[in-house]
Amino acid sequence: MRVPPVLFIAWAHVTNRLRQTFIGVIGVATGVGFTIMISGVMEGSQRQFVGTLIDAMPHITITDERLSVSLQPAEQVYGAAQRSNFTATEKRPGISNSNLVLGSLRNWLPGAITPSVKVTAMVYSGNARFGVTVTGIDPRQEETVSKLAKQIVAGELYGLSRGSNAVLLGQALATKIGARVGSTLTITPGTGAPVSASVAGIYKSGVREVDERRIYSLMRTAQMLAGQPDLVNEMRIQLNDAFVAPEVASRVQSQIGYRAIPWQEANADLLSSFKVQEKITSVIMAAMMLASTFAIYSIISTITNEKRNDIAIMKSLGMKEYFVQTIFIIEAAMIAVVGIPVGWLLGYLLCVGMTHIKYSNPITEGTLAIAIYYSPVHYIVVALITLACCLLSAFLPARKASRVHPVDIIRGAA
Amino acid sequence: MSEVVVETKGLVRRVESGATMATIVNGIDLTVYKGEFLAITGPSGSGKSSLLYLIGLLDAPTEGEILICGQATSSMSNSERADMRLTKLGFVFQFHFLLPEFTALENVMLPMQTLGTLSMAEMHERGAKLLTSLGLGDQLNRMPSQLSGGQRQRVAIARALANDPAVIVADEPTGNLDTVSTDQVFAILRDVANSGRTVIVVTHDVSLAARADRRVNVVDGKISGIFVQEHGKAPAEQPSETAKA
Repeated sequence: MRVPPVLFIAWAHVTNRLRQTFIGVIGVATGVGFTIMISGVMEGSQRQFVGTLIDAMPHITITDERLSVSLQPAEQVYGAAQRSNFTATEKRPGISNSNLVLGSLRNWLPGAITPSVKVTAMVYSGNARFGVTVTGIDPRQEETVSKLAKQIVAGELYGLSRGSNAVLLGQALATKIGARVGSTLTITPGTGAPVSASVAGIYKSGVREVDERRIYSLMRTAQMLAGQPDLVNEMRIQLNDAFVAPEVASRVQSQIGYRAIPWQEANADLLSSFKVQEKITSVIMAAMMLASTFAIYSIISTITNEKRNDIAIMKSLGMKEYFVQTIFIIEAAMIAVVGIPVGWLLGYLLCVGMTHIKYSNPITEGTLAIAIYYSPVHYIVVALITLACCLLSAFLPARKASRVHPVDIIRGAA
Repeated sequence: MSEVVVETKGLVRRVESGATMATIVNGIDLTVYKGEFLAITGPSGSGKSSLLYLIGLLDAPTEGEILICGQATSSMSNSERADMRLTKLGFVFQFHFLLPEFTALENVMLPMQTLGTLSMAEMHERGAKLLTSLGLGDQLNRMPSQLSGGQRQRVAIARALANDPAVIVADEPTGNLDTVSTDQVFAILRDVANSGRTVIVVTHDVSLAARADRRVNVVDGKISGIFVQEHGKAPAEQPSETAKA
């Protein structure tokens, strides 16, 4: 087998300068390893957080806010009407004909939907007082739209149906007010009479905001707190694929005329912070790649400087410029080809090491291990970018080397 | 010896020297024949090496034409000139310029690998044969650093002969060698010429130049005299160019 001379020469250069080659390999491996680790950590933490969000809240929430004000009878008759002396209503408008709406949506929704009643109230327990949102649910349907049943850490979801005015408290709230299963507390709505309720269970969603401020009850308990026996002011949708929520919400809105909020919109602030995070991550990764690139550039520049005599003689022997250039680009590729797998291994080990680091998340409750997302895509993309950077970084010194004028070198050496 | 292998016509090479242009080769007309051993002599800075680099297509003339084996080279691209160096010309320099990472045999095989017409086994066989013919049969796998100065220069000559070129161009090939090695190298170059290849050697040593068939003396970039040698005798100086019959 005839080995192409460019490979022959390039191999000789990199193997005869093991120290430089080793430094180059370490440079590439470090860049690749840390880039993979950062990619895994960033995507892992985002996915973990989004997963927690998706588990803790409905994918789409339909509220009783109309997209446009409905025509009044006078407007329908006269085309225009003047309104005056209105008094602000104390009642929530609710979603009209909720059963019809539910039926029409269930026909096509790629997921499950359940009605609920949402009421703001104050909870009193001893001297403690906290503002909460009471969400009235149907426990049988709740399992189809949320993971509440699995999030119960004490008592049970169906305990709501057994007790009188039974409620489920988030663990954070229960801890604050010192409530346990069976405890009694008082719930006072914005308007209306206080209701005495018993704690049927305690849940932990993992999102502190939810666990501190949301109480679950039966729908009729929430309707009683609202003072509106037939009120349905919220519908919650759980989709088979959480990520199509914006499209589905848009269709729901246009069909029923009520505002439908996908989870992405409800958490727009948090998700937009991810975008900033992604940009910062990209900058960090680019800096790491640049470090690898400079390592290769420096090594190839050093080799080409050291090899000026060899380049001169190779050219005098009849080697063409592109031939000489190719030698040094292949040398960079060789360093990259060894450095990339080493970087993969380093990246993987760093990721595994990172999973042992625990941190306290200010948004979710408790201490969490750093979540890592292992994806072959990270490894392949980082490898391709690194290879491209290495080849590009070798190009300039290689081109400069290939333009060496043999006579200048030969005269200088004589 | 009637076949012309190298011919220069009105060869001029000017280079920048500060703000002015210096003419280092000034209108040289020279004809070199197949199998001829030509020595170019002259004082330091006379332009003899510059003339050799022009003939070897390592440098391009400012004016004039160089024909190698009948092919005009002045309008050739860099790539075509590289091809010509690879196939028609072989170089030996004062410094051996062997690639230090390769063995003697690998250095000799390098031009063959670049040309790419032979199989690895054929290249290996040819390289070994060349080195053996130059008395280096037992040094094939030695690195350049393990060879003496004379041995390195002989490896360089073998490398120059690797692609069986028509012309061997040598610039002070014995400049760094002791007397014994100098004699060996000149004897080898003589043999090369005797085998039918043209050898053009630049040397400042007139006694060595005397072993050539013809000596061209260059002064101030011009040919000051061409001397046809009568071997074993002192060179007979001639007033003008006389081609050897």
